[in-house]
Amino acid sequence: MAMRRQLREKLSRRGGIVYCAIIYGILFLPIAVIVANSFNATDTKPYMTWKGFTFAWYSKLFSDRALLASFGNTMVLAIATTVIATVMGTIVAVGMYRYRFRGKGIIDALLYIPVVIPEIVMGISLLVLFTSIQLPQGMASLVIAHVTFCLPFVIFNVRARLDGYDQSLEEASMDLGANKLETFFRVTLPMLAPGIAGGALLSFTLSIDDVVVSFFVNGQTMTYPLKVWQSIKSGVAPDVNALSTLILAGTVLLVVLTQSKLVPGIAAKLRNRRAHVLRARVSAEESPVHQKEEL
Amino acid sequence: MKLNSHEFRSNTLPAAITVIPAVAWLAFFVAIPLVYVLVMSFCSLDEYYNVAFQFTLGNYADLLYPNYVQIYAQSIVIAALSTAICLALGYPFAYLISRTFREHKVILYMLVIIPFWTNSLIRIYGWRTFLGASGFLNAALVGLHLVDSPVDFLFNQAATVLGMTYDLFPFMVLPLYTAIEKLDEAQIEASHDLGAHGLSTLFRVVVPQTVSGIFSGCIMVFIPSLGAFYISDILGGGNSDVIGNLIQRQFQSGNNWPLGAALSIILIAITLILVKIYQSTGGDMESLGV
Repeated sequence: MAMRRQLREKLSRRGGIVYCAIIYGILFLPIAVIVANSFNATDTKPYMTWKGFTFAWYSKLFSDRALLASFGNTMVLAIATTVIATVMGTIVAVGMYRYRFRGKGIIDALLYIPVVIPEIVMGISLLVLFTSIQLPQGMASLVIAHVTFCLPFVIFNVRARLDGYDQSLEEASMDLGANKLETFFRVTLPMLAPGIAGGALLSFTLSIDDVVVSFFVNGQTMTYPLKVWQSIKSGVAPDVNALSTLILAGTVLLVVLTQSKLVPGIAAKLRNRRAHVLRARVSAEESPVHQKEEL
Repeated sequence: MKLNSHEFRSNTLPAAITVIPAVAWLAFFVAIPLVYVLVMSFCSLDEYYNVAFQFTLGNYADLLYPNYVQIYAQSIVIAALSTAICLALGYPFAYLISRTFREHKVILYMLVIIPFWTNSLIRIYGWRTFLGASGFLNAALVGLHLVDSPVDFLFNQAATVLGMTYDLFPFMVLPLYTAIEKLDEAQIEASHDLGAHGLSTLFRVVVPQTVSGIFSGCIMVFIPSLGAFYISDILGGGNSDVIGNLIQRQFQSGNNWPLGAALSIILIAITLILVKIYQSTGGDMESLGV
């Protein structure tokens, strides 16, 4: 009986490995296609047939002013968004945690809307607003839009950190003569740092990845994803593939560096790539080595 | 608990300073725009296609165009299929990476996230390159003499379902992963010891305990796939529009904003209904977004 069960487990483990391999294969397939195509020597539309290996698209990339400019815009937008959303989100999360006041339920509801509503609805609703207040559309409207969908995630992230927070340390700081601001900067902020870093990183990644909301409020300003959209509509030139490959390589390098315990806190937070990822983080952090269920 | 007046005064100012900026931001850029969309859905157009603040129900009447109704149905079918496929493929997958191979689960989990570091448009375009008439798959099929001429994989509903399933798969897996990871091993053992066979344990012990993960995964796949116009555009090529395509067109080439607003209200209504159902089955909002 026990032997039969062992055998069965061994077989189902094999099957499991095959199944997972297939799923991962599918998940990475289009990325492999993009990377391969960035080295593809084909020069006729739609740039799909394999014609041998070349670096030509990489050198062409550096003369594609419009593409590089769009990448620059994306970086400026992501950094501005991250700074504003992180500062504002951290302050409000601390305030909501510390002070009692009415209407917290309404604030929560406001926070959940950007999370559950389809992106396209958010995009058109901001377009409608910006048009009616005659805000010129461009970098400013993009920053406002991106801060709006990043803000809730910063707040959730900092709030998760506040849940396991020891207030007696702040009290000790005050008892020892520090004033409120000193206590905030020297006690509260360092304790919240991992949550803040997680929120900031999530904002950055949500911002550089956004297509749908930017699509409606960008005016004449091209971001990198919008540039990609434009070239897909007109037949992608493989230098877009080349830039995507470089970005992927850069991110992977960054993660490998941070994972090798250079910045362990951030490494843990890198798992928070998207909203739901955040949620699973709790269990992923609990889980690794020191888990009781092994017993 | 009631605050005494001293406590109230000492707390009001810092509370106001910390909370008001972000709340004002959300009110101005989330609440007001949505209310404005609702108002606009009752507005008419003047002869220059500008929005005129004149009450009409015409936009809602226009929603009933047979062509539109057909697209809503198509969009819901595409969303439902994508959700079902994500769940069917994602559940065993989440189970395997969180329990069967739990000694490697951190790295396996990371491997689900890494594809996300490449822009989703690019990855969807990768599929188009792979499946296209002159793409890699057809080149291989023709090269191996499995088919005589390239197969049309693209520009149909199946391609759109593939794209949606692919793009949203992690949103199904991650909540499932969290739910399955919390399962009590002892209960599964007990079920086995009491003589339940594998399937019976699965449906009577494992699945009931992970219902919350299943629900939140389904919502996180279903709702976005109603709006993700770029996937149906790139892979479906206009043959498998979703509600998002209709909205996008009214705000771009169609230039009928009130009609686009009314279409958005449908999407908002579906979202609200699904979230309500989710809440009534005991799902909490925290675990939806975060």
